[in-house]
Amino acid sequence: MYDTGKIITGLIVFLCLITFPLWYDAFTGKAATKPEPKIITKEKQCVEATPYMRDSHMKLLIQWRDRVVREKMYSYKGSDGKNYTMSLTKTCLNCHSNKQQFCDQCHNYVGVTPTCWNCHIIPEEKS
Amino acid sequence: MTFIMSIMLPFIIILFLLLLVLGVVSYTHLENVFGIFIPYLALAIFLMGFLYRILSWAKSPVPFRITTVCGQEKSLDWIKANRLESPFTTLDVIKRLALEVLLFRSLFRNTNTELNEGPKLIHWSAKWLWLAGLTFHWSFFIILTRHLRFFTEPVPFAIQFIDKLDNLFEIGVPALYLTDALIVAAITHLFLRRVLVPKIRYVSLPADYFPLFLLFCIIGSGMFMRHIYKVDLIKVKELALSLISFRPALPEGIGVLFYVHLFFVCLLIAYFPFSKLMHLGGVFLSPTRNLANNNRSKRHINPWNYPVKVHTYEEYEDEFREKMKAAEIPVDKE
Repeated sequence: MYDTGKIITGLIVFLCLITFPLWYDAFTGKAATKPEPKIITKEKQCVEATPYMRDSHMKLLIQWRDRVVREKMYSYKGSDGKNYTMSLTKTCLNCHSNKQQFCDQCHNYVGVTPTCWNCHIIPEEKS
Repeated sequence: MTFIMSIMLPFIIILFLLLLVLGVVSYTHLENVFGIFIPYLALAIFLMGFLYRILSWAKSPVPFRITTVCGQEKSLDWIKANRLESPFTTLDVIKRLALEVLLFRSLFRNTNTELNEGPKLIHWSAKWLWLAGLTFHWSFFIILTRHLRFFTEPVPFAIQFIDKLDNLFEIGVPALYLTDALIVAAITHLFLRRVLVPKIRYVSLPADYFPLFLLFCIIGSGMFMRHIYKVDLIKVKELALSLISFRPALPEGIGVLFYVHLFFVCLLIAYFPFSKLMHLGGVFLSPTRNLANNNRSKRHINPWNYPVKVHTYEEYEDEFREKMKAAEIPVDKE
């Protein structure tokens, strides 16, 4: 083998880079943590079914925003036939008033920073 | 190989694999195979294959400096040398190679030759390949880095920052990543140029189309599951973390599209060491790029040189002196 020193150094650097998550997670020791969003409401049902809310709540929220802000529509008919007021503060946060224990759990887990709180005020949390 | 063969063969293979993974994950319970076994296998193949390719390249001797240069070599003190175009020390080589790897500098000099009406032969600068290539590679690199948010807990600030920068314009929800848009444009260009330019179509082989189709599938499935057909990201991250902490556990109900994405990524990394994609390592081992142009100031001995058996004139004369004398040939020593 020729230029052994340089080539082995390069390979080691490459291996360190591509195995970054391995040693990062070994260092933080949090690979087994799972998000635990806490639901503190007595309501049985969200505006739509849970799987849909889990995947697509952001689409619903942005649809609500556009309807309210741009089209002056305020009422949303859920697939269960009930009418809801399209409002983050009045409807969503009514049940999910615990941002840290609910929203942030999953958002932080997958590294998402929603822009809701650029305009909306974060509800005060009872600790 | 005809054009139709070159393009259809990889297309049919990819289509077959796509249908295979869709069918198997939808109708059987073999998620373990696609979620755990294949990723580990692909990673093992990638690591072993990559090391093997690099080490086998490292075994080839480079007896003479064959640097391709386009600048004045370092010579006498009063002749101005171009140390970047004709590197003389290792540091010069590092600078030149860094620009090559990060900015594709030699591709920037790409020219095209065209026969126009007249007839007029025109050589002109052609930058589209450079632009599409650079866009593709940088987008791919940023997309890879961004994916670290699924492999790290807590997500490091740098990764979140890159993520945020990438959806800077907040187009739609979830926001369209700029690199996603750029990579689609770039890879479409790279594909169309192979199909539409006759000269390039002629030299394109299945090994050129296969990685392109593979990347189309990876990018397509990735974007599709971000924007249209959602998968459960929390479970995806749980799976990713369990895989890299070597305690694999497969969460139920991630969504079939995720397995398509993962399978094609595995295919790409397993295929990597055996294909032209190895230019990732190869660019650092190109003798025309990674050598200092110092043939004139430093002697490079061919490592192949074996001790040559020589028969000197003195020995020759010793052997034939009597016969030479008899034939009246003059000799050095009596």
